[in-house]
Amino acid sequence: MTVAPRTERIEDASRDSAQPVSGGSGDGGGQRAVLEVRSVSKVYQISEDVQVHALREVSLAVHAGDMLAIVGPSGSGKSTLMHAIGLLDKPSSGQVLVNGTDVTDMSGNELARVRNREIGFVFQSFNLLPRTTALDNVALPLIYAGVGAGERTRRARAALERVGLGQRMDHAPSQLSGGQQQRVAIARALVTEPSIVLADEPTGNLDSKSGIEVMAFLQELNSQGITIVLVTHDAKVAAHAERVVTLVDGTVTSDKQLDVSDRVSAQRELEELV
Amino acid sequence: MNLIESFKISIKALAANKARAALTMLGVIIGVSSVILLISIGSGVTKEVTGQLEGLGSNLIYVMPGNYEEMMSGNAAAYSGAMLGRQFTVEDVNAVETQISDKAYVTPYIENSARVVRGTNNTVSTVLACGGNVGDVMDLKFSEGRGYTRSEVMGSARVVVIGTEVKKTLFSGIDPIGEEVKINNQRFRVIGVDIEHGGGMMSGGQDNAVSMPYTTAQNLFNSSNINAIMVKAKNPDDMSYIEMRVRQILRPDYGTDFSVFSQDQLLGIMGTMMSVLTYMLAGIASISLLVGGIGIMNIMLVSVSERTREIGIRKAIGARTWDILAQFVIESILLSVLGGAVGIALGALGALAISRVLTTSVTAWSVTLAFGFSVAVGVFFGVYPAWKASKLDPIEALRYE
Repeated sequence: MTVAPRTERIEDASRDSAQPVSGGSGDGGGQRAVLEVRSVSKVYQISEDVQVHALREVSLAVHAGDMLAIVGPSGSGKSTLMHAIGLLDKPSSGQVLVNGTDVTDMSGNELARVRNREIGFVFQSFNLLPRTTALDNVALPLIYAGVGAGERTRRARAALERVGLGQRMDHAPSQLSGGQQQRVAIARALVTEPSIVLADEPTGNLDSKSGIEVMAFLQELNSQGITIVLVTHDAKVAAHAERVVTLVDGTVTSDKQLDVSDRVSAQRELEELV
Repeated sequence: MNLIESFKISIKALAANKARAALTMLGVIIGVSSVILLISIGSGVTKEVTGQLEGLGSNLIYVMPGNYEEMMSGNAAAYSGAMLGRQFTVEDVNAVETQISDKAYVTPYIENSARVVRGTNNTVSTVLACGGNVGDVMDLKFSEGRGYTRSEVMGSARVVVIGTEVKKTLFSGIDPIGEEVKINNQRFRVIGVDIEHGGGMMSGGQDNAVSMPYTTAQNLFNSSNINAIMVKAKNPDDMSYIEMRVRQILRPDYGTDFSVFSQDQLLGIMGTMMSVLTYMLAGIASISLLVGGIGIMNIMLVSVSERTREIGIRKAIGARTWDILAQFVIESILLSVLGGAVGIALGALGALAISRVLTTSVTAWSVTLAFGFSVAVGVFFGVYPAWKASKLDPIEALRYE
């Protein structure tokens, strides 16, 4: 609903941002990697002699301002990769670097701090606290960041206004539509001003229109300079990104920069729907 | 995250499940209030009993049949021996009195119970009976009339001094002095009213007692027994000498089958017995507090598994182990502390209500104990569920349906 008036800016921005990214394609040039995984493997020991290799020597760098999609069929290891990138799980081998800092050997509590400051999560099933207002849900990460109450409310309000829910701040998740809930989740991810927003199947639980709206929203945020990593099994969703990394059987099989012409504008899709 | 934020989160969680929180607290409320109530009864009775002993006057020595020292050391045979010990006679009292009369006053003491009747009103009273010099041995005070005299004791006169409760039951609004009552169907003339001692039912019944000459009581109960000999030292310095003399005088006839207590010893013994009783009551009540604590743990475990997803979300967005631990421990402490506070209030109210029939005394230590115990219960039974919550793997927790 609030996406509509911003049409022009999105299209302009996507055109603008396409330039430097395509220029720097291939090796990534001198761009700063906000997040990097280096030969990360993850092995699950199912039983004594059965091992599952969810990830095999995966290396990937996410640069500031990227909108990157990780795609792959189920069982490809993309969830495992997302957990590693999101610092929710430790790889069996390899390294994870956030803003150049190796976090591989950090304790659970240190990782929690890095997650809190550097990573914003957007989940398929929204994962908002039930019976808790949108405002309080958005303010939650700030509590753990040690931000004072007044400042928390101010920043949570700003984040909710940014996602166009300024009028719904006192609504509990159950009083919001799926699309609105996902926007609250996006506001929660943005409120700490993280280095990277990690979206795991953000449209998976939404009808197609709400899904497109959320994608339009993520594209707009990216055009404003926010780094987004999208994890999805759906090639159509991935087509909204600038760069698509394909994962099959725990290995990266392709990593390509989309041409501006190939990249889908969710805003245009929305207009076509109407 | 600081503790204030943890508090806010815990309060919100409890407020979201008010009925459940209230029922969980009920366990602690019952536990704490029963601890407070039972200890208040125990302390009240102790206070009353010791107060009464002290009220009898100082420098007193009690001589009783039976070997209490052995009974106190836990010998069961001695216990029944003490209860059934050979009773003293008037001759014993006279023997003691003639030999130590220069240093002490001596009076026989009889205690029994009887039905006191006036018209259609009646009550069962304790009958207390002493000799003519009772006024020298005990501090007697009368709100109306007088006590019995030596000549009334010599003549086994059927006169009686009644307690305030007896007066209330039998003589509402009437001056009892000179009136007649029937005790075990014998006519007695009321000559005095004892002052009010207070304390109700458990006070040993001084307000519900009637006093008469021991000679009269012996006739009334048709018995020559003397239940105890009371000795009052004229000079406090002679106490141990008198104790020794009394033992010397009675030993030839009674061997070790009698006991001599000074008032201090008796107070000490009563105090010990009463505190054992009080601790026993407190112990029984503590069991319900323990059960209340288990109730808290149960609900906290349910709450943790219900909120697995919430814990996962919190951890994903930056909650540390400690934050989750604090949130759940505070929740359980809040339950137990709120329960404890309500329990103390209810216990105190209950003690107030019971004080109409029984002396109760809500002591600071029992409140402190009950409150401290309930906080400890909250921490103890809250830590395990909270620890479980804090150790949850965020990925697993987020997947939890």
